[in-house]
Amino acid sequence: MISPLRVGRMVRKELRQLFRDPKTQRVIFAAPIIQLILFGYAVNTDVRHVPLFVVDHDRTAASRLLLDAFTASGYFREAATSLDPGDLGRALDHGEATVGLWIPAGFASDVDAGRSPAVQIIVDGTNSNTATVAQGYATRIVRDFGLRRARGMTNGAGWAVSGGTAGVDLRARAWFNPSLESQVYNVPAVIGVIVLLMCLLLTSLAVVREREMGTLEQLLVSPLTPGELMLGKTLPVAGIAMVQLVLVAAVALLWFDIPLRGSVVALVASAALFILAGLSVGLLVSTLASTQQEAFLVMFLFVLPAIILSGFLYPVDTMPLFFQDLTYLNPLRHFLEVVRAIFLKGAGFRELWVQYVILASMAVTGLAYATARFRAGLAGR
Amino acid sequence: MDPVRLLAMARKEWIQLRRDPRSMILAFALPLFLLLFFGYAITWDVEDIELAVLDQDRSRESRQLVEAFQSAGYFHVRERLTAYDQVEERLMTGRVLGVLVVPPGYGRDLEAARGARVQLLLDGSDANTATIALNFADAIVSRHSASALLQGRELVLPVRAEPRVWYNPTLASRNMIVPGLIAVIMSIIAAMLTALTIAREWERGTMEQLASTPVGRLEVVLGKLLPYLLIGLFDVAVTVVAGMLIFGTPLNGSVLLLSAMTLLFLVGALGLGIFISAAVKSQVLATQIAMVATYLPVILLSGFLYDIASMPVVLQGVTYLVPARYYIVVTRGIFLKGVGISALWPQAVFMIAFAVVGLGAATLVFRKELRS
Repeated sequence: MISPLRVGRMVRKELRQLFRDPKTQRVIFAAPIIQLILFGYAVNTDVRHVPLFVVDHDRTAASRLLLDAFTASGYFREAATSLDPGDLGRALDHGEATVGLWIPAGFASDVDAGRSPAVQIIVDGTNSNTATVAQGYATRIVRDFGLRRARGMTNGAGWAVSGGTAGVDLRARAWFNPSLESQVYNVPAVIGVIVLLMCLLLTSLAVVREREMGTLEQLLVSPLTPGELMLGKTLPVAGIAMVQLVLVAAVALLWFDIPLRGSVVALVASAALFILAGLSVGLLVSTLASTQQEAFLVMFLFVLPAIILSGFLYPVDTMPLFFQDLTYLNPLRHFLEVVRAIFLKGAGFRELWVQYVILASMAVTGLAYATARFRAGLAGR
Repeated sequence: MDPVRLLAMARKEWIQLRRDPRSMILAFALPLFLLLFFGYAITWDVEDIELAVLDQDRSRESRQLVEAFQSAGYFHVRERLTAYDQVEERLMTGRVLGVLVVPPGYGRDLEAARGARVQLLLDGSDANTATIALNFADAIVSRHSASALLQGRELVLPVRAEPRVWYNPTLASRNMIVPGLIAVIMSIIAAMLTALTIAREWERGTMEQLASTPVGRLEVVLGKLLPYLLIGLFDVAVTVVAGMLIFGTPLNGSVLLLSAMTLLFLVGALGLGIFISAAVKSQVLATQIAMVATYLPVILLSGFLYDIASMPVVLQGVTYLVPARYYIVVTRGIFLKGVGISALWPQAVFMIAFAVVGLGAATLVFRKELRS
């Protein structure tokens, strides 16, 4: 029923139309790469070198050692120091420092006499994420300092937790990402977002533009069947999206040094399913919109929630239950789980088959529904 | 410049806007919808971390340790494993974030004060969540360790840390998100609304009518700006009130300062949209550019979720082109910190510069004449 010859011609026409304009060419291939490089650097939640404001009223060797413990950890850097606590408040108000450390007078003698002095740590809670992590680090540094001090030793043991007294010693190990860097987790996700945006933009435009220009009628009087028309519209976009994905994945590997631990086959297979699901959304948008303007508006309304409800910016597990349920309808959510697991954990079909099945069923139902709507729309004209 | 012509231009724009239902939805319903949606959906608070336990010791002491993890409130013990080779599968599929392994002999070692070891294996892929989980676990174990050693006596640490959190004592992510959201939403809406305004005149051919009137370039640009500015101020007022009433975000600073700063920000953000519209003359292209220029940059490069200070220097330079960057500092400063102009004047200067450059550029590229 579907003639490969006619579909092939349609694909050729589409590609020619797209690439005739050198500006479009540049947008299609350069924009994703530029976006990944820009945003790949931005998506960084590592809490390192937090600006620390120091008020040291003790000024002894012991207080300096405590300060050294803060800076040597790599989590804090000394931004400024003063003897006036008022300056500390101002620095936090003006955002010049994020954490304040206040060492009281008599600190050293109190430690040695076992009087357990208190060191104040004042955290700017405006960015709750940074604040939570920084507070945890600071508390740990002070505690470890005290324990080392009590045992009369001053050299510490990296980030690997707890004092190792006669009590319980916690040995923590982070798998898949031993140095706990946020970029290796976020850059693969940016790939998913960029590919989704391009998919939507290209498909919905490809259909709506024909309608706006009136060339859709010309296609309709040609011997093309609606199914062939859909294939002819989607195949080129799918191909381009795949090329884009390979390009940005290469940038992630070569530029950002993100490890790819899983198989390329698993990655490409999931990408193909995801692209088809994304395409079907684009097609649905184009059946809803009669002008390119409207297509944009509908996409605008789809994309922002799709990004928010994908686990890209923050984990799905922390959302309220209702929104967690909504995320299951979002192809981006499933694709992000897959890319992240393939890149970092080296997972494959065995661990991720559920996501593959979901993406595949989304692609199939989406495309079928879009075709049906498209056909109905044509019949109604 | 003639105020009568300016007002006439603004009135024409307002009537046109009122007749376009799409713009009205974009202008009035969308900001509130976005605020509600994101305000509820975005939470970054790490709670109920899924944990699996592999207790190879099965002693009273090991049960107490697991109990300590459970009762602390941060972890949820989802399952108990029976063999070490299950660990990899659990972390690989992401069913749990971490596995607590209590090795054989734990209870004996603790009893004999020989220093007992426990292992925490974390799925580190999401570094942020993993770091927070690690800090929680560390605090729980050290507290438990101390109480096991001291057996009821009071714990005296050599040095105590007294953490205090200013501006957001409960460290609720919502307090950070809501003021930032106002900036994000308004940036997107402002650019989307105004992106069409001049391009539409070109596409509909009404630019010729405008050209035949005595109205000047600056009058057109400002006349187009005014109605959107009013809408923008109204939107901000609605989102601020909604943020306070629905999400309980405290407004610690001065409302007057917030309004003044909002005005500066809106002029800049709207000016950017008008500039795009005047420069490309096509509605589709203008919306497309407005989307690319605001969407992801506003979310990722404004300091809304990711600290600008931890970006590479070059990228930090790029963030200065995102007007929301300044406004987020302002909203967070006024809402949470309650600071005044003494802390926020650099942002004000940048926003004024942005507004002047944006409007100036829009006026310059805008050609009323039909020469080309």
